[in-house]
Amino acid sequence: MLKIWSMKQKQQQDANADAAAGTRKKKVTAAQLRVQKDLSELALPSTMKTEFPDPDDILYFNLTIEPDEGMYKGGRFHFTFAISQNFPHEAPKVKCTQKIYHPNIDLEGNVCLNILREDWKPVLNLNAIIVGLQFLFLEPNASDPLNKEAAEDLRSNREGFKRNVRSSMGGGTVKNQTFERVLK
Amino acid sequence: MSQPVMVSGTILAPSSTMATRWQYLDNVRRNSGPFTDPDVFDASEAAATNMEQINVFGAGGLGCEILKNLALSGFKKIHVIDMDTIDVSNLNRQFLFRQSDVGESKAEVAAKFVEKRVKGVSITPHNCKIQDKDEDFYMQFTLVICGLDSIEARRWINSTLVDLVDMNNPDSFKPLIDGGTEGFKGQSRVIYPTMTSCIECQLDMHAPRAAVPLCTLATIPRQPEHCIEWAHIMAWEQEKPFPKLDNDDPEHITWLYKKALARAAEFNITGVTYSLTQGVVKNIIPAIASTNAIIAASCCNEAFKIATNANPALGGEENYMMYSGNDSIYTYTFKHEKKDDCPVCGNMAKNLDVDPNLTLQEFIESLAARPEAQLKKPSIRAEGRTLYMQSPESLRLQTAPNLEKKVGDLVGNGDEIGVTDPSLGRVDFKFRLKFTSEFVKAETNGHAK
Repeated sequence: MLKIWSMKQKQQQDANADAAAGTRKKKVTAAQLRVQKDLSELALPSTMKTEFPDPDDILYFNLTIEPDEGMYKGGRFHFTFAISQNFPHEAPKVKCTQKIYHPNIDLEGNVCLNILREDWKPVLNLNAIIVGLQFLFLEPNASDPLNKEAAEDLRSNREGFKRNVRSSMGGGTVKNQTFERVLK
Repeated sequence: MSQPVMVSGTILAPSSTMATRWQYLDNVRRNSGPFTDPDVFDASEAAATNMEQINVFGAGGLGCEILKNLALSGFKKIHVIDMDTIDVSNLNRQFLFRQSDVGESKAEVAAKFVEKRVKGVSITPHNCKIQDKDEDFYMQFTLVICGLDSIEARRWINSTLVDLVDMNNPDSFKPLIDGGTEGFKGQSRVIYPTMTSCIECQLDMHAPRAAVPLCTLATIPRQPEHCIEWAHIMAWEQEKPFPKLDNDDPEHITWLYKKALARAAEFNITGVTYSLTQGVVKNIIPAIASTNAIIAASCCNEAFKIATNANPALGGEENYMMYSGNDSIYTYTFKHEKKDDCPVCGNMAKNLDVDPNLTLQEFIESLAARPEAQLKKPSIRAEGRTLYMQSPESLRLQTAPNLEKKVGDLVGNGDEIGVTDPSLGRVDFKFRLKFTSEFVKAETNGHAK
């Protein structure tokens, strides 16, 4: 043990590092530092906005997406992000807070985005997820259905699907499901 | 396995006195060998009777083995922490427990058993989470051995031990020995906190838990596990039968099991059982008693060598031993390199002198000029407090009022801050603030905190 300590002292001298200051105070956790880094590198286009209910808690925030092209143009979609202390080894939990008609988002707001689950890797960052979410509105994808009926509509009748999107966004009813009005 | 297995071996006559009990161990400990480091080797009687205080995390599959091995290797003062209670399914390999112990605390039963079996050892049980103990508690140990089943708990104790290291106090330095198994595979590693590669540096050695795409669960389940995951993730969220899912509550597991069973029937899938439900929900990894024994044995031998200096131990040059019994036997011992950008040990907080009477704005401007920082657009946070973020815009607006506040109003002397800046690339900074002067609180017309 003594031997290890003297090696440690030598290493410290070589690195010319500071000795720790006496009393221990509050530390920044690895997850928080990483989220801080991801947020400070975030380059959001004008179609997306964040909102922090508590600015001191950066592990929990809301994201609003307002697509300016594609079938969902004119809508305003809200998502919550909940990040655990295990970030970035665990993906953030992302949910849509509105009931919307979308093949990759179910009526409870669960989102089928590969990098939120099976393809998440610690090298990915918040920006990748946000870009991924935006992409779901530009290119809804019928091959990864979470809302099976919407996916079926998209696959079999693209024009009909577009009409369904429009009427659901206006708060209308599609196949006995009433959706939330999400128009700006 | 139905045929009897023959076990042969010589059983020595039991020795009756305490003096002869440790004779074989003392031969190893008190006679220096060709690899013994003469600088630190101490063969004296005092060193032998003064085996250090050691802490064991986990009294499960590995923990039982570790406690038994330590006690039989002459360690005298051991603490054990485990928050779990004994389950019937543990009894096949966690040999310190009996049927009558089911429902009792693992730590308490294990401690009592080993104390009774091995005379002269004192084991203090703690029936709690490792996170419930503070730094003062961990300061009393010289060595820590982990036989944990979660990465989260490993990361926690790792960063706690790294933070504990104080150059002014040699006793703050506590080697960490970590064992882990999964089926026929396992690993032992020794970490010298802040000196060698830590658990956070080695996180990529853990394969992530394989996840199935949500849409597969929702639309085309193919395996019984898919039905259980669906019940766990989607049906539970939708129906919320109980306010919060408790993996240890049989009523909750039964609810999930019935949901999964109904869904499996709908898709013509067989194989959903109560125990599989429990396994999927709790992420239970198959444990093999002998793999636990191998890994625990290697961990305890390293503990013995580190404590006695009898022989070189894992930790310095090589620090990681992987064992795989999947395809015959393969082991490999290597040096896992320390990562410079490790968020726990690669990025130790540096001291930063600051006048607490500066405004945050002035402080940020000074960071740009300091040679050790040279930051153009720094964002700054303390634990639980966002001081100023340059991005995203909503957070910038929310934190901008802090710019006029005094540094001393926002953080305390000795607090740590995290500084990030897009110009830094992968690196970020942690600073421990040292106030260079007395903080003068603003008069009543100033900003209230």
